[in-house]
Amino acid sequence: MTLNQFLLLLLPEIVLTAAACVVFLLDMVWRRDEARGRWLPWFAVLGAVLTAAATVVVWPMAGTDGRPLAFAVGQGFGGDAIPMMALDGLAIFFKLFTVLVLIIVGLSAGEYIQKHTPFRGEFYALMLLAGLSIMLASAATNLVMIYLSIEFLSITSYVLTGYLRDDPRSTEGAIKYFIYGAGASAVMLYGFSLLYGATGTTDLAAIATALAGGSVTVHWLILPAMLMALAGLGFKIALVPFHQWSPDAYEGAPTPVTAFLSVGPKAAGFAVLARLLLTALPAFRADYWAGVLAGVAIVTMSLGNLVALWQSNVKRLLAYSSIAQAGYMLIGLAALAPQAESWTTGLNGLLLYLFAYLFTNLGAFAVVIAIENRTGSANISDFAGLIRRSPFLAVAMLIFLLSLIGIPPTAGFLGKLFVFGAAVQSRMILLAVVGIVNSVVSVYYYYAIMSQMFFGKAEDEEPIGAAPIMRLVVGINAVMVLAIALYAEPFIRLATDSVQMLAASF
Amino acid sequence: MNFPFLTLITFIPLAAVVIVALIPGNREREIKWFSVVVSLIPLVLSVWVWVLFQPGGGMQFLEEAVWIPTLNAYYRMGVDGISIPLVFLTALLTTLSLFYSAYTIKVRVKEFFLLFLLLEMGMIGVFVALDLVLFYVFWEVGLVPMFLLIGIWGQPKDRPQYSAIKFFLFTLVGSVAMLLAFIAVYLTTGTWNMLEIPSLGPLAGAPGLAVAAFWAIFLAFAIKVPMWPVHTWLPDAHTAAPTAGSVILAGVLLKLGGYGMIRILLPFFPAQFKLFAPYIGVIALISMIYGALVSMAQWDLKRLIAYSSVSHMGYFTLGIVAAAASLDVSDPALTSRAIALNGAVLQMFNHGIITGGLFFLVGVIYERTHTRDLKAFGGLSVKLPIFYGVMLMTGLASLGLPGLAGFISEFLVFRGAFHIMPVYAIIGIIAIVLTAAYILWKVIQNVFLGEFSEEKWSAIFDPEHWHFSLDMDRFEVITMAPLLFFMLLVGIYPAPILNVINAASTALLSSL
Repeated sequence: MTLNQFLLLLLPEIVLTAAACVVFLLDMVWRRDEARGRWLPWFAVLGAVLTAAATVVVWPMAGTDGRPLAFAVGQGFGGDAIPMMALDGLAIFFKLFTVLVLIIVGLSAGEYIQKHTPFRGEFYALMLLAGLSIMLASAATNLVMIYLSIEFLSITSYVLTGYLRDDPRSTEGAIKYFIYGAGASAVMLYGFSLLYGATGTTDLAAIATALAGGSVTVHWLILPAMLMALAGLGFKIALVPFHQWSPDAYEGAPTPVTAFLSVGPKAAGFAVLARLLLTALPAFRADYWAGVLAGVAIVTMSLGNLVALWQSNVKRLLAYSSIAQAGYMLIGLAALAPQAESWTTGLNGLLLYLFAYLFTNLGAFAVVIAIENRTGSANISDFAGLIRRSPFLAVAMLIFLLSLIGIPPTAGFLGKLFVFGAAVQSRMILLAVVGIVNSVVSVYYYYAIMSQMFFGKAEDEEPIGAAPIMRLVVGINAVMVLAIALYAEPFIRLATDSVQMLAASF
Repeated sequence: MNFPFLTLITFIPLAAVVIVALIPGNREREIKWFSVVVSLIPLVLSVWVWVLFQPGGGMQFLEEAVWIPTLNAYYRMGVDGISIPLVFLTALLTTLSLFYSAYTIKVRVKEFFLLFLLLEMGMIGVFVALDLVLFYVFWEVGLVPMFLLIGIWGQPKDRPQYSAIKFFLFTLVGSVAMLLAFIAVYLTTGTWNMLEIPSLGPLAGAPGLAVAAFWAIFLAFAIKVPMWPVHTWLPDAHTAAPTAGSVILAGVLLKLGGYGMIRILLPFFPAQFKLFAPYIGVIALISMIYGALVSMAQWDLKRLIAYSSVSHMGYFTLGIVAAAASLDVSDPALTSRAIALNGAVLQMFNHGIITGGLFFLVGVIYERTHTRDLKAFGGLSVKLPIFYGVMLMTGLASLGLPGLAGFISEFLVFRGAFHIMPVYAIIGIIAIVLTAAYILWKVIQNVFLGEFSEEKWSAIFDPEHWHFSLDMDRFEVITMAPLLFFMLLVGIYPAPILNVINAASTALLSSL
């Protein structure tokens, strides 16, 4: 592979890095120029759009013959080639996913950030870099690369969480996030080192080969290694019991960051988890990880939902809700069907669920941001009488909440249909039943918001005039949530095709 | 491609929703009358479908299109003799409810009419869908509008929000259980086609799972019907809902459960249904008798009628249980089971027009007096003679007086059940006696008979706040007239509707 080919394969990442740098630079140049500073979010969004275009360019180059196109550090430079990343369906899917997150969050952040902090440019640049780290993590095929990109993601997330430096809650959230993250990533690294020690390689595929080959004598190391890796990734996804940081971080962080954190890092965690388990440890599915993941899924769904019942702050409520949502997604991995012919392999359910969750959760947060921009806080009581104050936001929020519950015709229903379908198919009936019981329980706290919006009486009947851009973002998300359910075929295709290779390597 | 009747019937209300959403909220007159007029289109089309329908011709007006290929989900619609009366009932009650509400709904008019039309789409969709995914989507679509109708327009003293979320949660518990069962069925048969699945023997290889799936689906429909002991959402929801909402709840939403039992549960799992028929029969008896007894104990007129629904839908369940219990018995039980099933289907239709009517009539008195306390009335036959007459006729239809609709279906159910499960039928008869007691004693006597007391009346009726005529106003008579007509028609000459139902139910039974 020549250097040019190598760089071409990295085009999306390169474009995104360049965009982040440009935003940094412009911020410096326009430091005192308030009028021009308003354009920064648009540059960030433009960067994300260009990254999307670059992703479309490299899409056809993704490995097609059932093998991921791996490329290596040192290739084209004459050194020893160590495969680090792959360009396969999964990587492409998460590149697109990340770009969508960046665009939606970038569009909805403008007014909020302008109101709350004078340090604008870094915010968007950091967000783009966090996006970059998600792309890298989801494409990484090597333990070292996985660790570096996850760490990269963590550090940018810490900074973003503590971005409101005058707000003690923001700082507190960031500190908690950081301390917890430091511990979790150390544990994960230790787990990786055990894997390396047992197999003598950090390449995921090579680990699987080594484990299958019989040269490994310390098989008992695999379980602790896997559990430790799960701790680090579970921290990113906010799986119980690695979730304690998330409510505080979510509540304290600037709301656009909360939106980002509730979707981006989760997706990265799931991408890495899926790739790690399927590529490196496929042989241990039945013995180890299917059961462990099912257990974690059950605890995560149940705890997230039960604690959410008591929340009065919407950001905190959505934090617990997103913990529960991650539990549903995990069902997809736990109930993975080894044969890929079926309509739901668990894996495609996971991706579909993530995709539905992207629009649903970001939409819900966009509504929260729009309201917070006007009322200054995000308590459930701020939603009182929303149907009178802004029918548009109220109806959109209703759609998002229904999607989070999983009621058709919304995207969340399709996601649940696929992951619960996978559970039934794998005869994990208990897992499916716990899942649906949790869906019902979750209605109660989503209802708290619905009831305020439609039945509650606002103290102040003043209409909430959301900015046009917020209305646009909310509207697009709502339309997508409905479209994914009503015109599901392309989205199911996308999810299924994206995991084809991963499933084939299984 | 034939003329897409069913698509139009289902989605014209949705188109109306979009248009209503675009009308400014302060144009209340326009919103009201536009909704009423548009709702006539599905009504006319459903009559047209009924006229064109060939009894005995199986599923008709079929429409099929690929929807989600990877999921093998199709857009499939069709009607037979079991669904046609229910589609018509839905369209009729929706039009009447909208018409009635045009006079009585004063706040948040736009939302009300919008949600009502959305609800109509969901309900009709359930009755015409022939694909499980589509069925499920429609099943859930109706949930949210009804939830909001109860919560927003309920009377504050009836705890509408509590009732609304209770209704939502109960229904959702059932439907998610049903969803898992549908998935299990799909995984063994590879199709969501409701007409094909019975012949493929869903879950035949896994008897344990089949039993679990049977009960999961049963739970969903039993909650909706509702059967004791999962009926507790009903009195709350019916009492709290605005008049039109109660009419639709009792008139149509309960039938979604009944329809599901006939269209899905019985054909998918006939063996399991037969196996458990004695137990379900006991639940049906408890619903009938317990519902009637609790009705009799109520002093709130609306709650009384709400509980009477539990009792009357128990007749329906007894009918279908009898049909299921006799599945592999040869003639003459075959005729008995067809009779029982016919009775059950007709009971759904009759209960829709009768109890729907009763809820309208509760609305009539409630709008005037703002109370439903039976002790507050008395001797009103002098004051409101027309209302008395209409209420008497509807009440008599409800208690099964020969010559009125209720009698025919109850007779058929008991005639069928008596041959198949005589003990059940004999015990069930008690419910009919109890119904007569609470209708005549509790409702008619307490409200209309006895001494009229001007003092009592002036305590509840304030002429300042009532702008229509004291006795039933013209719009109230117009609302009730079609329902009275059908009570009489079905009571005197049920052949047209029974022919349609009978052809479908014998076809269904002989296919099992």
